[in-house]
Amino acid sequence: MKVEKQVTSGQLDFTFTRRAFFIGTVQAAVGLTVAARMSYIAVADNEKYKLLAESNRVNLTIIPPRRGWFIDRFGKPIATNRADFRVDIIPDRLAEKDETINTLAQLLALSTDDVDRIHRELKQAQGFQPVQVAAGLDYERFAAVSVRLPDLPGVSPRQGYSRFYPSGAAVGHLIGYVGTVSAEEYQKNKNPLLITPGFKVGKDGLEKTLEDRLQGKPGAKRTEVTARGKIVRDLATRPDTPGKPVQLTIDIDLHNYAARRLGLESGSVVVFDCLTGDILTMASMPCYDPNSFSDGIGRVEWKMLNSDDHIPMLNKALQGLYPPGSTLKPVAGLAMLRHGVDPEEIVVCGGGYRLGNRVFKCLGRHGPVNMRTAIMKSCNTYFYSMGHRIGYDNIAPVARELGLGQEFTLPFPSQRYGTVPDSAWKMRKYDQKWTESDTLNAVIGQGYIIASPFQLGLMAARISAGLNVQPEILLHKRAAPKPLSFPKEHLDVVRDGMNMVVNGAGTAVRSRLQLENITMAGKTGTAQVRRIEGAQRGQSGAWKYRDHGLFICFAPVAEPRYAAAVVIEHGMGGARAAAPVAKDVLTFLYDRDQAMASLEALEAGWGGNIEQRMATKYAAFQNQPAPPPPLDPTA
Amino acid sequence: MNGIVPAPIAALPWRVIFILMALVGFGATVLYSAAGGHLEPWAGKHVLRFVALLAMAIAMSRMPLEFWKKTTFPLYLILLVLLVVVELMGFVGGGSRRWINLGFITIQPSELMKPVMVLAAAWFFDRLPPNRIYGVDAIWPLVALLVLPSALVVIQPDFDAAIAYAFGLGVVGFMAGLPLIYFIGAGVSLAVIAPLVYFFGMKAYQQDRVLIFLHPENDPLGTGYHITQSKIAIGSGGIFGKGFGNGTQSHLDYLPEGHTDFVFATMAEEWGIVGGFFILFLYFLLMRWGLTVALQSKTRYGQLVAVGLTCTIFFYIMINLLMVVGLAPVAGIPLPFVSHGGSSMLTMMICVGIIMSIERHPGAKRGQFQ
Repeated sequence: MKVEKQVTSGQLDFTFTRRAFFIGTVQAAVGLTVAARMSYIAVADNEKYKLLAESNRVNLTIIPPRRGWFIDRFGKPIATNRADFRVDIIPDRLAEKDETINTLAQLLALSTDDVDRIHRELKQAQGFQPVQVAAGLDYERFAAVSVRLPDLPGVSPRQGYSRFYPSGAAVGHLIGYVGTVSAEEYQKNKNPLLITPGFKVGKDGLEKTLEDRLQGKPGAKRTEVTARGKIVRDLATRPDTPGKPVQLTIDIDLHNYAARRLGLESGSVVVFDCLTGDILTMASMPCYDPNSFSDGIGRVEWKMLNSDDHIPMLNKALQGLYPPGSTLKPVAGLAMLRHGVDPEEIVVCGGGYRLGNRVFKCLGRHGPVNMRTAIMKSCNTYFYSMGHRIGYDNIAPVARELGLGQEFTLPFPSQRYGTVPDSAWKMRKYDQKWTESDTLNAVIGQGYIIASPFQLGLMAARISAGLNVQPEILLHKRAAPKPLSFPKEHLDVVRDGMNMVVNGAGTAVRSRLQLENITMAGKTGTAQVRRIEGAQRGQSGAWKYRDHGLFICFAPVAEPRYAAAVVIEHGMGGARAAAPVAKDVLTFLYDRDQAMASLEALEAGWGGNIEQRMATKYAAFQNQPAPPPPLDPTA
Repeated sequence: MNGIVPAPIAALPWRVIFILMALVGFGATVLYSAAGGHLEPWAGKHVLRFVALLAMAIAMSRMPLEFWKKTTFPLYLILLVLLVVVELMGFVGGGSRRWINLGFITIQPSELMKPVMVLAAAWFFDRLPPNRIYGVDAIWPLVALLVLPSALVVIQPDFDAAIAYAFGLGVVGFMAGLPLIYFIGAGVSLAVIAPLVYFFGMKAYQQDRVLIFLHPENDPLGTGYHITQSKIAIGSGGIFGKGFGNGTQSHLDYLPEGHTDFVFATMAEEWGIVGGFFILFLYFLLMRWGLTVALQSKTRYGQLVAVGLTCTIFFYIMINLLMVVGLAPVAGIPLPFVSHGGSSMLTMMICVGIIMSIERHPGAKRGQFQ
């Protein structure tokens, strides 16, 4: 039974005192809890929170590393870094987009093309990714933007480095170019360095394949900032570690000369050191100016590059494939010698060779020729006849040993290696038997066989020195190359024939070197682009149907040191278009003054050097009205 | 009257005044540093406000206990009316309506209601015959006192104030001798109701504030930011702190509300746990003073009011410190006598003033009159 308690004020007083002590105890407990917690945070976790306070306070700005230089075999610069002032926009922080861009356009004197590009890139940009407004600014303009910065939120002026290629377009295909990292690349590897303004990665050529060596390590600029990002003061800065320089086998003076010498043509020049396989020159023209890409290319320039039928975006030395034409006759000659053909045996050329009921034409009536004179005069009849005798399956292995159809481990993003056909290849590819007319076509470098100028140059190098040289672009010490499987007597016959091409009564006598004691041997080639129809022989008509002109050569004849291949697209003939280029390029190796005099005379007629011509062309392209609608082909 | 220390001055309750001056002085030092070494805008005002309010508190201490007893219920009613006026006329500020601007001063009725609620509860228990303490008569008037003001502040919405009212009433009821089973029962039902209130009674930002303190890292830029930055400030201060004027968290604006709600973190960054323990010690002295006054008071009203107001001050201290060290949700409650801010200091000094009045007028035992 519960009894109603009788409570007195005395009891309540007693309760009050007791409970007051309880409350005091609770208060003390709370106080001790706070003290303990505070001690834990400030003593046990002190290091952790100190670090966090530091990372709050200190803002790290990445300094993009300077890229390693490219230098040539003598240490001359091919690609360097130029100090520049640049202005970027951080899309996230941009407040008044159009107004800001207008102000910048005024301050920096931007062209409408640039403004278009900025608008376009801003539209595609991720919020974090800076969009370049302008690079390579002079100090005045840079300062003009810097002082107005408080009124231009989202605009970031910086001092940095940009890639500089002193040779311009001449090295575009060889070196490639650099550019900002794409959104996909950033998604793959969320390295904040990748989206640092001014940071570029290799996008093509050696710049792309040697990225790891060239990149270097970023530096860091430390500044004390408030929570709102206002900079209070600068703290110690760690400088960047520039990427390592890469020394190439290229002789940049020779390379630049070759590129300039190609002039208005679309073509390529490859020069090898025949004793080592070092690539001295690999010029391919026309080409884009890699400096334009490293600064962010304009739309007009991009359009101009893509609308050019000379395909400036293609590295023709490595990726252009052409029927080698008669430049393959020395190869056929070596195969014939290996398979028992007496070089002195005479074949009478009556202007063609009859196979069954079909006549394979020669370009002339050469009368009686042996192997040497057949090479000299480029007599098809001799090679039809002897090729038919030994068969193409005996020629193809020789072509392969000399480098045709082979792929080489070179640090280029892509190279095409063509085709050396034989009966097995044809069966595999077309499920057809190899015919005798296939042999006749292939033996004079037409039909299925195709090769790159790079391979033709290597072939010339191997024939000239008789060494199994391997091509190399990165300069380093290598083991001496081993001799090829051909006996010296065989090589001498072919080399004699090539000597007579230039120095005898051959097809390229007009391209004889004008030097004392130094002579050049060579072989011309003219490759048909399409089947001969009627009288038209690819010597006239539309540019893109004209024959390619090819020339392979080496010098000096007595003691071969340099070998080269020149291919002029649609140049109409090896002797006419390619051999004169080869002559000047090889002359440059021995007598620069003579070569330069020859080049300057030519450039006067072409409208200036590469840079001047590109500027003229760009200006013309920019002012040109919209192209008229395509004509009705049936009209 | 011509002595070195005049009698009226010597008669002042110097013990508590010294404690308060130490707290306010240290607070002003911290505010001076937080303003980058300037009296403006916080430290100077802080001290001036204290001086003015101390004068007010001393004036209040002259009032006899009977005065407070008589004015309790009118004050309660006036504030109730003001709370309604705030609802009707109050302007929008910080997302909720809490102020009345009288031109020379802004009044926050919900804030003033905190000590008045304690007075009202004490007034009620003083009138309640002792043997009714276990009956239902001891409960429903309390509920009635609580419901209206709480409803009005919850509309604002200011849950913190409603909780403070309940806390004040609870403490007074506890001290008045209400059966323990009530408090145990309230604790149990709170454990049941709290989740319901959390899910159905709170706005999203309030839910965030409640839970994020457990894992502030999950929301580094939202409400977790306050707690994270506060812990960084305290943690990086270490034992002796970074030194006066050297706190980076506060000076570079990483610590939000570094001069108001998170002033303790601002202090701890520069003074370390040594400074923290100093403040805790001063609060210990203040609480001891309040409870001593209560124990020495001879009247029931005085006893209950002194404990209730001491606990009201304690409530502020507890919520603020637990929040700042990351043990409680973020609530907009400043640290008494240290944080910059007029409204809370007014409330605190009203509490101090009334406790001083009780200290000055301990009264006589009830029995002595009967």
